[in-house]
Amino acid sequence: MDSSRRRVLQLLGLSSLALTATPVLNAFAKEAGHAEEPKPVIKPNKKALMAKQWAMVIDTRKFESAADVEPLAEVCNTIHNVPHLNNKRHEIKWIWEAHYHNAFPGKAGRFLSEEVENRPFIVLCNHCENPPCVRACPTKATFKRESDGIVLMDFHRCIGCRFCMAACPFGARSFNYRDPRPFIKEINKEFPTRMKGVVEKCNFCAERLAEGKLPACVEASEGKLTFGDLYDPQSEVRELIRTHYTIRRKQVLGTEPSVYYIV
Amino acid sequence: MLELAIKGGKKYYGWMTFLMVIVGVGFLFYMKQLDFGLGITGLSRDTSWGFYIANFTFLVGVAAGGVMVVLPYYLHDYKAFGRVTILGEFLAIASVIMCVTFILVDLGQPMRVFNVFIYLSPRSVLFWDTVVLNGYLFLNIVIGWNVLEAERNQVHYQPWLKPLIYLSIPWAVSIHTVTAFLYCGLPGRGFWMTAILAPRFLASAFAAGPALLILCCLIIRRVSNFDPGREQIQSLAKIVAYAICINVFFFLCEVFVVFYSNIPEHMDHIKYLFIGLHGHGAYVPWMWTSISLMLIGIILTVNPITRKNEGVLAVACVVIFLGTWIDKGLGMIAGGFTPSPLHEINEYIPSLPEILIALGVWAMGFLVLTALFKIAVGIKEELHE
Repeated sequence: MDSSRRRVLQLLGLSSLALTATPVLNAFAKEAGHAEEPKPVIKPNKKALMAKQWAMVIDTRKFESAADVEPLAEVCNTIHNVPHLNNKRHEIKWIWEAHYHNAFPGKAGRFLSEEVENRPFIVLCNHCENPPCVRACPTKATFKRESDGIVLMDFHRCIGCRFCMAACPFGARSFNYRDPRPFIKEINKEFPTRMKGVVEKCNFCAERLAEGKLPACVEASEGKLTFGDLYDPQSEVRELIRTHYTIRRKQVLGTEPSVYYIV
Repeated sequence: MLELAIKGGKKYYGWMTFLMVIVGVGFLFYMKQLDFGLGITGLSRDTSWGFYIANFTFLVGVAAGGVMVVLPYYLHDYKAFGRVTILGEFLAIASVIMCVTFILVDLGQPMRVFNVFIYLSPRSVLFWDTVVLNGYLFLNIVIGWNVLEAERNQVHYQPWLKPLIYLSIPWAVSIHTVTAFLYCGLPGRGFWMTAILAPRFLASAFAAGPALLILCCLIIRRVSNFDPGREQIQSLAKIVAYAICINVFFFLCEVFVVFYSNIPEHMDHIKYLFIGLHGHGAYVPWMWTSISLMLIGIILTVNPITRKNEGVLAVACVVIFLGTWIDKGLGMIAGGFTPSPLHEINEYIPSLPEILIALGVWAMGFLVLTALFKIAVGIKEELHE
């Protein structure tokens, strides 16, 4: 083998690599704060509702049939552009009705009163205090907002690996197996639609809280759902938790769900 | 050395063309998947990972299996394996390439994959899997290529390779350990939540990887003038025998813990796979086939009479490869997702486009493998003639 030709080629390679050094060094120089980059300023809405950790209490005694759940899910689907897909495999669900045995597998007692057995149980994202989905995400596309504990999604960052869906013990997450837009009845321009290939879920109506409004399902529930700050001892949710026996889904897993059920 | 990959006979080119046709078909269906979304697969809200991720998991094992020739040669100075280490390393390269491709085809938004590097998330196991897989690919390319080049020039490989070679041994273990951690650290997924998952993965890897390597050695002996060697094949066969026994033993440990403890959340998945649950049992025949194949594999590889007969050994290797593939490539993922966290059963059956895309990825891997083996064997032929 001609070693001198080889050497020349190696040198050529190295020197072309050296040519890239300046832009890289410049980039590092910027990082270190030598160049001032303007920071985005977010003006807080004075009406915005704030909490340390938002929580929800669902009074299951007030739900008798599917008709009590429907308007809640309906308003959620409408304002969040949740598509209606007929193929069960491709379903997108943010808040829906489940049987007691499905909402609380392993916890459902036997020989319950028929009334409790057949009560519709509302299920949604639990906005856990230790969310396994956030741990799993390889891009921080899903994250726990420090200011109020809501587990949020960045639909534009999500790569669609679906690790969060495997990690969620509550089946709260849906994946867009196809373009959802043709399946939205009427698009609400106030909220983003999603594209195929990303994961989505309930966001505790973060966009409404920012405007000082309660989550849509809470508003539509006429008192069946209560929303408030878990860490404010004076809050309505704390009052309900203090005075009622409440259960949470799969509490044993240590994710600390923020949705409480009065049974 | 690359020139050796394009100097071949009619049979070589015929085989490569055949593989390329399959890659092409897979690619066309992948285009369809890109256009429509992952909805063309059998995946669902409940079973959000399926055939792609299962094949990925299995192939991580095959890649890690390569270390079973590297370790005895470099750590125990078992000279005989010197003839085949390069085959193990090249098998690892082709397998990791398939793994990475399977991950890519599984993504809903593949064009955003670099977000993994832009927004580094060390708390995500997937991040670490990216690191260890790419690291393993890099190590094997550097080591394999340089050692082979040195062999061709009949000199000793450069001393700086030695630390990399030693590093590649625990690194092989790490790729399958981290891959198991993807599953076994998830709360509420009873089937995977077992500390023995990583050891189990490694045991099946060290059976499937070397089994494929034996088959490759037998094929190479037929189609070229290079003989990987009888002793080499027999030593590999013993490794396969031990590994497949350990794999089945680990599985039985799992069965004991799950059923003696009698915890429904853990039992239901195994019940679903092996006897069916609430009237759903698409995987039952597959799982029993897998167990039977692995048991036949044990009988054929442990028994010295059958093991020493290379014809029977070839059958044993096929049987073990298939058995472990069904176990990991079909049951492991679907079984973990069924029943769902809400204890519902929506069975997952891979769709035809999904299977064709997966076949395309396998064909691409074998294309790379054939080219790499062609180079390695070409050099061995030069030297041994």
